[in-house]
Amino acid sequence: MTKLADLASLIRSKNAGPFSLTIDIMFDNPDTYRKVKESGKISARAVADIYGLSENNVQFFFVDNALAVKASIPRPVTQGDLGDADSHGGQQYAPLMEIDI
Amino acid sequence: MLKKVPNGEIRVLSATGVLGSGFLESSFRNGLERDPHFIASDAGSTDPGPAPLGSGKPSFPASAIKRDLRLMLLGAQRAGIPLIIGSCGTAGGEPHLQFVYKILREIAAEEGLSFPAALIHAEQDKAYLKAKLRDGKIRALHPAPEFDENTIERSERIVGMMGAEPILAAIEAGAQVVLAGRSSDTAIFAGLPTRYGFPEGLSWHAAKILECGAAAATFRKNPDCIMASISHDSFVIEPLDPELRCTPQSIAAHSLYENTDPYLIVESSGTIDLRGAQYEAVDDRSVRVRGSSFRHADTYTVKLEGAELVGYQSLVLGSVRDPFIIRQIDDWLRRLDDKVRGRIKELYGHSLSDNAITLNVHVYGKNGTMGDLEPVKDATPHEICLLFLVTAPTQEIATAIASITRHQALHLPIPEWSGLITGIACPFSPAYLDRGPVYRFNVNHVVEVDDPLEMFDIEHVQVN
Repeated sequence: MTKLADLASLIRSKNAGPFSLTIDIMFDNPDTYRKVKESGKISARAVADIYGLSENNVQFFFVDNALAVKASIPRPVTQGDLGDADSHGGQQYAPLMEIDI
Repeated sequence: MLKKVPNGEIRVLSATGVLGSGFLESSFRNGLERDPHFIASDAGSTDPGPAPLGSGKPSFPASAIKRDLRLMLLGAQRAGIPLIIGSCGTAGGEPHLQFVYKILREIAAEEGLSFPAALIHAEQDKAYLKAKLRDGKIRALHPAPEFDENTIERSERIVGMMGAEPILAAIEAGAQVVLAGRSSDTAIFAGLPTRYGFPEGLSWHAAKILECGAAAATFRKNPDCIMASISHDSFVIEPLDPELRCTPQSIAAHSLYENTDPYLIVESSGTIDLRGAQYEAVDDRSVRVRGSSFRHADTYTVKLEGAELVGYQSLVLGSVRDPFIIRQIDDWLRRLDDKVRGRIKELYGHSLSDNAITLNVHVYGKNGTMGDLEPVKDATPHEICLLFLVTAPTQEIATAIASITRHQALHLPIPEWSGLITGIACPFSPAYLDRGPVYRFNVNHVVEVDDPLEMFDIEHVQVN
């Protein structure tokens, strides 16, 4: 088994506006991207499970021409509101690095 | 309008991703040598959070804005082409716009420049918004907080995000420099190309890439300029630092950035649809794009951004090394909360309601970064950092309760030890730090309008 972090060229998270969070998983060669896509290990369900959300809260995309996987979720706390610890949403991707492909 | 009418293609120079973040002068010169039809730069974002919108203060210093704006203004004036700055002063409200206008006037005076300019005001009148709400013309996006007349009343400031039309109207009326309040980042780039008949899909897609400056390059060393040449069947994106490269993948991937949907991007007048976009390398550093489309919306909408005061904040930072405390930290925090609440009652009685004070604690080493999203539930760190955030109706009360929190946390007993303990390590004296007013975003809604200009006053001025 290989970790997603060892296959992706970039895994990142960021706000998409103050109310949503978006995660990009990018690859630098088409074979690796295809391998990950076809593994079935990364999906709306998988993302929902990792973050403890229901699947219908996850927007999920394979973006073939960008060799990228994308997932968007509502922010649990609005950006900058009391209780928000990550104003830019930049450090919410880390658990995805551990996915076994 | 443009003195230099685009013939076959329109060349757009984006000076940087955010005014004040900087760019290389050499890249900007390279851009000017390619004979652009206009220069534009975004100056705002919600990226820094609700504080700029709520407080009226921009997130970049005047010195940084002045450096960038001077180069842009001199370049545009020498070339005789328009300069458009969108979302002035980070949040694009009235104080933010005036902040950038003052800098523009200073530069003009220092450089001996005189030109017609336009300020486009984006801060919204509360009575107008209430009337729109009553008419059922304000609707929620997803996800959205509650929004009613009280929300409007409570707001420090609400801005509307203008589309391309007010900016075009300002240029058509003769402005050589447009300082726009809150604007769609893409609209500042897409208006002129579409006005000159270039395809809407290509113009808006190019704008989406331009608005982030050189961010679409494969390895952006620092914020920098980027250029798009839009023709009738395609557009070409080229970074202006010869060491930067754009590749088909880097350009395709850029549409992912800060968007929930990688293919559909909603604007005031319609939706950019990238599902048919094709990317091909022109050479090893520029990319040609075809096939992007734009679907007009049935109803023109203007997105609102608002911020309201939450209260005043004071914080205490402390850390814990004792494994007895670390292993019971959740329960320890519940006991601390009870103690602090008890003290608040003793000090303020009924003059402070229970929910007037919020005590948030971030537990670094456990789930400080991710909170409820943290999947690791059973971490056993050897030390943790506690950030106590007290939010209260006044700074005085926030500071007082932060001091109390420090003292209660310091000596909170645990069953494992008998006798007085000192359970947190504080790095500061005094242990608290005042943060002043704090704000929250309170709107994620759009207004349906009949006229794209109706929410945005255009003020023409002669700068000299």
